[in-house]
Amino acid sequence: MTDTEFTGDEAAIDTATLPLDAWHRAKGGRMVEFAGYWMPIQYEGIMAEHLWVRENAGLFDVSHMGQLALSGDNVAEALETLVPGDISALKPGRMRYSLLLDEDGGILDDLMITNEGDQFGIVVNGAVKWEDIGHLRENLPDDITLNHNEDYGLLALQGPKAVDALARLVPEAATLVFMQAARATWAGHAIALSRSGYTGEDGFEISLPNEALEAFADALCAMDEVKPIGLGARDSLRLEAGLPLYGHDLTPAIDPAEADLGFAVSKRRREEENFPGAARILGHLEDGPPRRRVGLLVDGKLPVREGAKLFDGEDEIGVVTSGGFAPSVGAPIAMGYVPRDHAVPGTAVAAEVRGKLVHCTVAAMPFVPHNYVRKTGG
Amino acid sequence: MPRYFTEEHEWIDVDGDVATVGITDFAQGQLGDIVFVEVPDTGAELSKGGDAAVVESVKAASDVYAPVDGTVTEGNAQLEEDPALVNSDPEGEGWFFRMTLGDKSQLDALMDAKAYKAFCDAL
Repeated sequence: MTDTEFTGDEAAIDTATLPLDAWHRAKGGRMVEFAGYWMPIQYEGIMAEHLWVRENAGLFDVSHMGQLALSGDNVAEALETLVPGDISALKPGRMRYSLLLDEDGGILDDLMITNEGDQFGIVVNGAVKWEDIGHLRENLPDDITLNHNEDYGLLALQGPKAVDALARLVPEAATLVFMQAARATWAGHAIALSRSGYTGEDGFEISLPNEALEAFADALCAMDEVKPIGLGARDSLRLEAGLPLYGHDLTPAIDPAEADLGFAVSKRRREEENFPGAARILGHLEDGPPRRRVGLLVDGKLPVREGAKLFDGEDEIGVVTSGGFAPSVGAPIAMGYVPRDHAVPGTAVAAEVRGKLVHCTVAAMPFVPHNYVRKTGG
Repeated sequence: MPRYFTEEHEWIDVDGDVATVGITDFAQGQLGDIVFVEVPDTGAELSKGGDAAVVESVKAASDVYAPVDGTVTEGNAQLEEDPALVNSDPEGEGWFFRMTLGDKSQLDALMDAKAYKAFCDAL
């Protein structure tokens, strides 16, 4: 018996450890190599952890992600040369999901951009953070300062009880709504938090100094509603939430229209047509892209995973880019790319798994409704 | 009824000329929540070390190999309805398939319970 994924066997000699490495191991985390780091894939089990987050609050260590900051004159305008979002209109304390695009409109990474008042904070994927830093340095004017903050870790607290738990430590948490950010202090440490995440649930991401991570994680996990959650549940939660994973559902070969991320191409930017790959992307937004990212509901119990070919009758029409068993749905689900005329919910397609064809239905995403908090006091 | 173990974490119970095969408790613990099991068809010819079944956890698909040569006489139909049996009773109700023994001498190369425990402890 051998695993075909996440075995850790391929771990390179220089696989790095995160500041909370020993903490994860002490909590029973099973460590695997991911994005160049040893990270916990699970503690008690993916299914239990996944369902815990949907009902309670789960603590994720996402310190492998890159925490960057850009500052300097006209920094918003400079950033807009590389992403399709309206960064200039982003008010202090607000954040926006955006995409780093190459000159053809292909997606180099997806990221969160926060107006922190005196600078723009950017959180990028761990697996491509060094490439992102290189791209930003190469393409931004010399008078823009790029800081890669490796002295801070990043935790995510996700789930319907996240706000109650976090507000006990950081009262400011309760004052934020979805996609708002603030600075705060905890135990004398300068921290930053935002009401955001990657699970579809209400929740927060908290950036704090490496030396404060363990005490903060312990303080949260001492609460009845909080448990540590591994990468495995992070993946199944985001899949159910319809959120793409960079390097799998998004690549440089795919543009925002194809990825069904047209919302990340702001109205003003569409009118100005001045972002990388604008001709291709605007054409695809106007006329419909040749292929589009869609959700797939899978008949039966056989999981359909990344790489499975999609068929309409005899014709190979597309490919699955993420898939697996969805604990909250109680069935396998997937996402993948199909031609535009197949990208309509209800369309029947078949996925090939070990030589067998599995019936799937194109479905609207998310598979599980988002529970974002858009108003406080509600 | 002697039970043997492989280094790939399959167990095989031998009863005369037929055997029952499954994956070990250690294996199910490593895999985590099992959501699908594909057992071989009755009549399938298996060869030692070759693919015999597939077990899917939430995260990954893993191959299960034939511990010895032989012909499948029965797959565990219960696993289709309740794949989590492999988690709850891996070395009992969660068996994968039954097979004939093509070459009993192949059993000599497998581990007994004590040797398998030592093998797992060393991992």
